[in-house]
Formats: sequence, C-alpha cells, structure tokens
Amino acid sequence: MPSSPTAASDSHHYPATVAPDEPVLNISELSKSYVMGEVQVDALKSVSVKFYAGELVVLLGASGSGKSTLINIIGGLDVPSSGKLFFHGREITAATEAELTAYRRRSIGFVFQFYNLISSLTALENVQLVTEIAEHPMPAKEALLLVGLGHRLDHFPAQLSGGEQQRVAIARAIAKRPELLLCDEPTGALDFQTGKLVLDVIEKVNRELGTTTLVITHNASIAGMADRVVRLRSGEIVEDRKNLERLSPSELVW
Amino acid sequence: MKPLQRKLWRELLHLKGQMLAVAAVVACGISVFVSMSSVKYSLEASRERYYSRFRFADIFVEVKRAPEFYREMVSRIPGVASVSTRIIADVTLDVPGLDEPATARLVSIPEYRTPVLNDIFLKKGRYIEPGKPEEVIVSKPFLEANHLAPGDHISAVINGRKKELLIVGMGLSPEYIYEVQPGSFFPDKRRFGVFWMSRRALESAMNMSGAFNNMSLTLAHGASEKDVIMQLDNLFRRYGSLGAYGRSEQLSDRFIVDEIKQVGIQITFLPVVFLAVAVFLLNVVLRRLVATQRDQIAVLKAMGYSNEDVGLHYLGFALIPTAVGSVAGTLLGAWLGRGLMNIYGDFYNFAELVYYFRFEDVALSVLLSFGAAVFGALGAVRKAVQLPPAEAMRPESPAIYKPGFFDRESLRNKIPVSLRIIVRNLERRRWKAAMTVLMISLAVAILVAGRFTYDSTERMVQVEFNGKHREDVTVLFNTPMPPSVAYAIASLDGVLEHEYYREESVKMSFGHRVRRQSIRGLQSSEGLQRLVDKNNRRLTLPQEGIVLTKMLADILGVRVGDRMQVDFLQGKQLHREVVVSGTIDEILGLSAYMNLGALNRLAGDGGALNAAYLRIDQAKAASLYTTFKKMPGVAGIMMLKAMKESFDELIAQSMTTSTLILTIFACVLAFAVVYNGARISLSERARELSSLRVLGMTEAEVSVILLGEQALLTILAIPVGFLIGIGLSWLLAEGLSSELYRLPLVFSAYNFFFAFMVIIIVSALSGLLVRRRLVTLDLVEVLKTRE
Repeated sequence: MPSSPTAASDSHHYPATVAPDEPVLNISELSKSYVMGEVQVDALKSVSVKFYAGELVVLLGASGSGKSTLINIIGGLDVPSSGKLFFHGREITAATEAELTAYRRRSIGFVFQFYNLISSLTALENVQLVTEIAEHPMPAKEALLLVGLGHRLDHFPAQLSGGEQQRVAIARAIAKRPELLLCDEPTGALDFQTGKLVLDVIEKVNRELGTTTLVITHNASIAGMADRVVRLRSGEIVEDRKNLERLSPSELVW
Repeated sequence: MKPLQRKLWRELLHLKGQMLAVAAVVACGISVFVSMSSVKYSLEASRERYYSRFRFADIFVEVKRAPEFYREMVSRIPGVASVSTRIIADVTLDVPGLDEPATARLVSIPEYRTPVLNDIFLKKGRYIEPGKPEEVIVSKPFLEANHLAPGDHISAVINGRKKELLIVGMGLSPEYIYEVQPGSFFPDKRRFGVFWMSRRALESAMNMSGAFNNMSLTLAHGASEKDVIMQLDNLFRRYGSLGAYGRSEQLSDRFIVDEIKQVGIQITFLPVVFLAVAVFLLNVVLRRLVATQRDQIAVLKAMGYSNEDVGLHYLGFALIPTAVGSVAGTLLGAWLGRGLMNIYGDFYNFAELVYYFRFEDVALSVLLSFGAAVFGALGAVRKAVQLPPAEAMRPESPAIYKPGFFDRESLRNKIPVSLRIIVRNLERRRWKAAMTVLMISLAVAILVAGRFTYDSTERMVQVEFNGKHREDVTVLFNTPMPPSVAYAIASLDGVLEHEYYREESVKMSFGHRVRRQSIRGLQSSEGLQRLVDKNNRRLTLPQEGIVLTKMLADILGVRVGDRMQVDFLQGKQLHREVVVSGTIDEILGLSAYMNLGALNRLAGDGGALNAAYLRIDQAKAASLYTTFKKMPGVAGIMMLKAMKESFDELIAQSMTTSTLILTIFACVLAFAVVYNGARISLSERARELSSLRVLGMTEAEVSVILLGEQALLTILAIPVGFLIGIGLSWLLAEGLSSELYRLPLVFSAYNFFFAFMVIIIVSALSGLLVRRRLVTLDLVEVLKTRE
C-alpha cells in the first residue's frame, strides 16, 4: 500500500482514475460508538475492508448491524470514534469540515431509504439542487431520463409514488457523476415490483457510468446482483465473498 | 432562481401564518419608531423654524410701566442682539353668542408693518391700517372656536371704556403655540384669545404713551442668558418687574418642549418591546423549523452543501419576514406619523407644522430590526450548521420527560391525563414556557400602560376640575384690590358664595437654591378652593407657615419644619422668613399656599386681593356676567366647567386614537405569540395527537391537549402582565413628570378588565385558527410520516 498523502497536501483534488489493483476506499480498524437518548451504542467494532473501482458491492446485515453507520462514515457524514478511512489514498478521517464538504460535493452520491427529497421542490428542482453545486454534472433532465422519469419533471414529491421518489433520489445522486454511489436500503420502503425497478436503475448506473456502488440492505436476495457481498453482524464483518456471477435485478426473487 | 432559494420561498409561503405574525410584530415596532421619531423631529424642526422665522425672543420682562428710553439702554447691554417693547393688557370681551365675558390679551404691534420680535404670521385677512385704532388681528383658535372671521366686529371693555373692534386679520404667533389664559393650564379657545392692536391705539387707551409694560429681547450668539437676566432685573425691579425669564420659563414653549420629551420616551419604550418579541418568535419558529428539517439538512450536507450554505438558507427564514415587516412598518409609520402630526396640530398652533419623514429613522429602525432578526435566528441557524450530517439522518431521540410536581402520588390521580400531558410538556421546557408567558404578558402590559395614561388623565380632570374647585367662576382683577372689594362683590345679585385669594410674587431661597414663585393666600382650604393631592386626598391649610407642592420643596431642598427666605417682589418688597409647614403632591404646576391672613402679615401691608371665587345662582348668571363685562376692575373670568368641556373634547380624540393604536399593537403581539405557540405545538405533536385520535379520543379532547397549553400560558401571563404594566406605567409617570404636571399612578378596574378581555379574545381567536388545522389533520398521513 502506498504511503498515504496527508489531507492537506492535496486538499481538493481526487484522481479519477487509479490502477485497478489500488482500492478506491481503504478502511482500517474503524470503530464507532454513540449515545442515543440514555443508551450507548457500539455501532462498529474495528472494521477493515477495501473497495475497488467499478465494483457493485452489497453490504448485507440485519437492522442494528452497523451498516448504516459504516456508509455514513464512508460518505463523510459521520466521523469514526477510531480507525482510518482512505479515499484514493487520502485520509478522509483526518479531513476538516470544509474538506469533507468538498469530498461529498465532488465524489459521493447518496440514496436514502426514505428518499429524503425536499418536499417543497419539484423532481427537477431536487436534482438541480445537486447540479447547481457540482463541477461537471450531467443536465438534471438527463439524470431523470436515465431513471425513467422524463415525464415527471415538474411533479412535487407528494405527487410521486414511492418508487418514483426513490428514482428521483437516485437521479439526484448520480447527476453529479460521483465516483462513489452509496445506497442505504434503497428498496426498504418499497414493494417488491417497485424495488426491483429501483435496483434496475442502480445496476444500470453502475454498468453504464462505471460508478463504484455500495448498496446497503438487510434483504439477502438482493446480494445476487452484486459483484461482491460483505456481511455485517453486530458491528463486525463476518463474511466477504465474491459472486461468481452477477444476476440482473429482474432475476432476483424475494 | 436557485433550487435552495426556491425551497426558501415555497416554505416561507407554506409557513405564511407564522411568518406573517413575525412580520406584523416587526412592522409594529418599526412603525412606532419611524412615526414617533419623525414626529419628534418634525415638532422640533417646526418649532425651530417658526421661532427663527418669526423672531421669537430669548428673554422676556414684564413691568408695570417703564419709560420707552429703556429700550435704548437695554440694547446696549453686552450680549443683547435686539430689543422690542410692547404694551400688553388683558381685557374683557363681549363675544356674540356667549353670555359670560371672554378675555382678550391685547398685544401691541407697530402701526406700520415692520419686523419685530414675536412677529405675527398672518394666516388670513390683512395687517392693520395706520390711523385706524379699532382694527385688530386676532388669534386663529379664538376666531375659529367662536365662528368669527376678518370683517366681523367684537366689543371689548378697555380700561373701563367699551370699544367696538374690527377684526381685519387672523394671526398666529410663536409666543402662543400653546394658547392658554395666564394662570391656567388648559386651553379654552372660546373664552381666551390674543388680539394684536396698534401700539398707538393701545398707548392712548391704556394711558401708556411713551411707556411700555413688556419687553422682549434676543441674545447675540454665545451671550449668557443668566448675566443678561441679572442686569435686566437690576434695571426693572423698580418698575414692578417680577424678574426677567428665558424661553425655558415661557409657558407655551415649556408645553412644547415637554411634549417633545414625551414623544422621545415613547420612542425608546415601545419599539424595544416589539423587537424583543420578534427575537423570541424567530427563535422559536426557526428552532422548530430546523428540528423538523433535520433530514433535509442532512441531505443537503450529504450532497455537499457547505455549512455556510445551510446557515444562510435558514437565516433567510428570519430575514425575509423581517424585510416584509420593515417595508410594511415604514409605510405604516409614515401614515401614522402624518396622522399624529394632525392631532398635534389641534393642540398646538404652529404657523406651519411640517411633517418631515426622515430616511435616517427608517434606516436605523430597519437596521435594528435586522439585527434583532439575526439575533433571534442565531440559535436555530447555529443548530442547523452544527448538526452532524449523520446525526441528522437519525430520528431525534424521544424527548426526555421526568416526573414533575404534579406527578406526586397525592396529586396524580386527581389530575386528568390531558392536563398531565399539558403540565409535563410545560415542565419539560420551563425556559420556553417562561419566555412565552413573558411575551404574552408584554402585550398585557402595553394595554395596561396604554390605558393608564387615560385613567391618569381622568384622575387629573377629577382632581383639578372637581376635587379642588367648587366655584362656578373665578373673577380675575386687573390690579390688586383692597379687602373692601369683597363687600361690593357680595352685594351683587346672584352671588351665593364668595371667597378670595391673594397672589404675591416672591423670590424663595433656601441655602444656595433660589426660585421665583408666587404664593397664593387662601381664606380657607375648606370652602370653594381646596387643597387636593394627586391621590385625591385633601389637606387642611395650616393657619401659619407655608405649604409647598412636593416638587417645589424638592427643587428648593426644603423639608417640613425648615425655615426658608422669602423676598417680596412687589409692594414693600420685604425680606422675610417663613416656616415650611407642609408639602402637597399635586398634579399640576408648582404652587405655594398660605393662609390669607398669614400672607398679609408676612407682606407687611393691610392686605390685597387678586381674584374672587364665586358660586352663583345659575338663573341670574346672565345678568351677573353682564355686570362683570362692564366692571373696569375685572380683567376676565375663568369658568372651570367650560375649560373642562373644551379639555375633554380636545383630549378625547387623541386619547381614543392612542388607545386604539396601542390596543391594535397589543393584539398583534398577543396574536403572534399565541398563534405561533399553538402552531409549533401542533407541528411537534401532530403525530402524538393523531395517535390519540386513532386510539379513540374525540377532536375536542385532542384540542384541549393542544390548545390547553397555550391557554394555561395565557392565563399565567395575565397577572404577570398586570404587574409589568404597573411597573411600566410607573416608569412612564416618572419619565413624563415635569414642573408642568405629574401623572398620578392610578388604575381603574376597567383597565385590567379591558386588558384581560382583549388578551382572552385574541388568544381564543388564534387558538381557533390553529384548531381548524387540527380538524383537517390527515390521520393516516401523519402516522406514515417518519419523525
């Protein structure tokens, strides 16, 4: 592993291409505990794992296994209690608030379980929220076309179905052409058919844009569509395996 | 428009009720500040302009009669810029349609128009013509009140001779911006007017040729008023001068200066209250907004929006309603200011009362409001900025409730569940509950303090017109009369009771403190005139010693039992010593009272009388008035009842206007606080309340839980508001107290009742508005929404 340059030496530039054997993300000994109400929760216990360019990884685990905490730390939304996280060899865990903001702005796309659309903005405006601040975004319309919502541009979230809302959220996440797409239970709030439709879109993005994609889910069936499956339990990695064959979402059954 | 800006606008629109409430509070604050500041400036500027344009004098001297060559001598005193001499005389008038005699103050003017000090602003008609001694210019208020106009005739008794006067002009003078009869506080436009008449005509009518009895002068820049007054006093003492005085003792000017001071006090007090409430509202509304948008803040941060972007976005929720309020407040302020100036125009007779709307006032108030908005929003914005993005993704941990006061074993089972929910919620956020109580109580306090001035004025009218005086008329004499005049008056047909007083001008001194003052010698304090303090308590005048208005005693630094020096300025001009035998906290002016006999002995003469108080048989009033009109010794008569009527009329309009404005402002405040409180309560507990509805509670039961909290806070706020209102009134009374008057601290039961009712009604209305939303709450939707 190359010696990790400090965050300050290359404050805002992240290389877009790397040697295939170099990980996009290198996580070592990451731990996280936090207090909720009056209870202390140990969400992650010394987790180490690497993710490579273009991979579609499914992070599998029951509720409370620590997968959301992990993805939040990877996305620069949260800081670990201990351990390190390198993005293209740069230590994200040592970044300042401003550097984290820039990291999220340039490199990360988020998709949440509950879509988290801004209810006062239309589908198009929700995507524009991102294209507005990104450096080389795709046009907001194009992103919505990509997720099959070209006909719903001017609808407010309240006028869209759950699946449509999630597709807007995906369009919003990919419009900036992120290097890393992080999806937190993207089908958690959706029925089977709609869920598959959303997974289709995620798969398409990974395939067509080559975006490294992490999908968090508690649904083991979804693991079939991944290049690689990482299983978490009680804050620890208990399994890390490669799928011999990647299934298309339409072939999934749950 | 950028998406984030669109979000801001759409959500502002969504929160329009709460945002409008904030804007309304800001608008009230700005309108008060802008209108009062502009009124204050306009009054000051109009006064300055009027004074300089019409050469209002700096110093005045009144003498009995002094030779004209003194004008030349005075003009050579270092520091004196210009000098005018005049003849001034008070005479009785026979006004068409008025039984009782009115009083005219005749003021001499040059036969040919030349610039003089205290010049006339000719509003209508023309200047007098030389060689026509019957021509007069008359003050505007008197002409208007009596429906007279240039071209009309009016007869006067001048020096015992009846004269027909021809009104040729309508005028105003800087000397009589506040036009009242000497010795009175209240204007009586029908019975007192200023008449400007040719000097030559007055000289011959009053036998004053080559002499004057009034001198006014202006000072050169930088000259010492005190030094000039001292020299004038040395010169004119022997001519019966009671002492020269500057503008600060000129009655009309004192009223205006006091008025300007009053407006100044209001500028500081009301806007501060409104700004405080605006800060509070923004704080509460924005904190709630940030709490409900935790997930959105997280998404924005996850997308790469910086803390500054997020902070500025939420700051926008404070700045935009403030901007709306500023614009509305400025417009309202301009309109209110103009309206207030019109009311002042009824009280004060300016040549031109110009309304100046100043940009500085607007800028300052808008700046202060934005400062307040930022201050109010700071807590919430900071919270939004500091919210760690991942933390924001998790639902807020449930609020921590602990057993409170009402959860004691003994109380628990006696309190219904709904009340327990209300009380626990308030106990959990004591600080917010206390602040809400304080804000509502400020609205109550504004109402109480607003009506206080009304009650206080009522008390003043009651004490001054009813408590102190039982007479029907006061007959003022031209010159001090011997005691025997009493027999002549007593013998008049229709006089039921009669009483006399003597008025002696003196210089009072105690230690190094000196004051020019008159002593009134009363026959008794149990007859027609009484001594009544501002709390409506009566005081019996002691046989010996002197009783001083409390403020006068404070000015001189004397206490009861002290011996002070008295120098009589007229008659034998004796230097005497007198014991202070009492003080009385009166409402109006500064006075000194003595028993008539004791005053006569102190003055060292056989006694003199200056006026008579009479109670008369109303059936014979008309013939009595006719007699007085013909009596050469009568300078005029004062009728308290008439004065009361005109005062009531004058005060009624301004009091109604100011009470109305303050009531509206208080309603806006109360509405804004209660409505916002209930809306926030609804947003915080919609899920909880819907769950209760799903569990089978009725709409009414759920409304009780939602609105009960605001109702309880309102009830708590009312007594607190009463106390703050009383405190505020006390501050107002102290701030407004001057040598002219002291506001008595009185509160009628109606005051509290009115404040109570207004707050209850406004709170109920705002509660009902929010309840409407509760009724339309979609139960399933709310339960589906993730917290």
